[in-house]
Amino acid sequence: MSFVLDIVTIIAVSAGAFFFLAGTVGLLRFPDTLTRLHALTKADNLGLGLMVLGLLPHAGSLRDGIKLICVWLIVLLAGATVSQLIGYVARREGSRP
Amino acid sequence: MTFASMAFGSMTFALALEIVLAAVVLTGAVWAIAARETLPAVAGFVAYGLLLSLVWVHLGAPDVALTEAAIGSGLTGALLVGAAARLRLSEVPMAVEHPGVILRMPAAVLSVTVAAALAASVLLLPDPAPTLAPSAAENAAATSLGNPVTNVLMAFRAMDTLLEKIVLLLALIGVWSLAPDRFWGGRPGPRHYADPQGVLAFVARVLPPVGIIVGIYILWTSADHPGGAFQGGTILAAMWLLVMMAGLTDAPPVGERRLRLLLLAGPVVFLVIGLSGLAFGDAFLAYPMAYAKPLILAIEFAMILTIAVTLGLLVAGPPEREPGS
Repeated sequence: MSFVLDIVTIIAVSAGAFFFLAGTVGLLRFPDTLTRLHALTKADNLGLGLMVLGLLPHAGSLRDGIKLICVWLIVLLAGATVSQLIGYVARREGSRP
Repeated sequence: MTFASMAFGSMTFALALEIVLAAVVLTGAVWAIAARETLPAVAGFVAYGLLLSLVWVHLGAPDVALTEAAIGSGLTGALLVGAAARLRLSEVPMAVEHPGVILRMPAAVLSVTVAAALAASVLLLPDPAPTLAPSAAENAAATSLGNPVTNVLMAFRAMDTLLEKIVLLLALIGVWSLAPDRFWGGRPGPRHYADPQGVLAFVARVLPPVGIIVGIYILWTSADHPGGAFQGGTILAAMWLLVMMAGLTDAPPVGERRLRLLLLAGPVVFLVIGLSGLAFGDAFLAYPMAYAKPLILAIEFAMILTIAVTLGLLVAGPPEREPGS
């Protein structure tokens, strides 16, 4: 059982790390604010979500697991809000490279 | 794989992590100094603070890490972003008048001297470094608190913490003293407006209930786990600022009596309990053993309100509107 859980952890955390890497590359390489935001939100939403998913089997208790999920939900809310606000300002001022 | 090579493997992994962490922290620091414009420099400083808190976690100091993330990076970052926004108009003319070599040389010499003195005093510490940790651990039972850091901050070195709170008030008085006479007693900063149906107003309604619980939890858990009034108070202040920035509420006039009472609550409760130590105990700030924990909690709960209000008002800035407007 613990072997299976370890595999789940390795796969999920690696996938999460991939999304963070892809998000960072996108942030550095994409041409304007809106596309960069698009890249960044993938790291926040999917990357962190997969990391949390991968860490859940190793959470010490139910409480720690719930805390991990709460961290992800709060980051989701904050990330979605901030990217909406940045996107709004970028569209108003004209998206520039 | 033998046990020795496994241990070596995990040791090199830890070492590699340390090297990467140190390199990224240094990059953030250099970026914050070298960036030409104010806003990117502030962004570098905030990132530097967050990475530094990872270093503190790695060093096994989660209390310091929380404070660094909340105060060093979060709150100071917000203050610096505000300052950068105010400076934006004057930044272009500033960049034209480049400081001459006569000004830059002494500045460089002074900075290098300070950095060298700091580095020397850290590197030249006697080994083992002088520490009061064993005596703090020995007397931990005196307060029935499980977190040694809270023990030191609220009991063994309570005087420092008390003075720190008073310094915070002095900082706020410093910010307020920037107000022109006609605005004195008025509301700080401009009134913020946001679309009441917009995303900011939505978050300002959804997040504060969660944030308030987390802030109080961080104070409550500090009895036995990392946390404290300062870290929790910063989260409460952030929630208040969010609601203000979304235009759901306005900053209170600085002359308001209720506000002044909140600003004084923490230090006054601290002082009263400290002085009653003179009357009923052995010394100033000496808590009677049996009541140590409830007294410390009383101080901390008064303090979290004061810290939240003070930090929120520090970010809100000096009064900029006439009283009664």
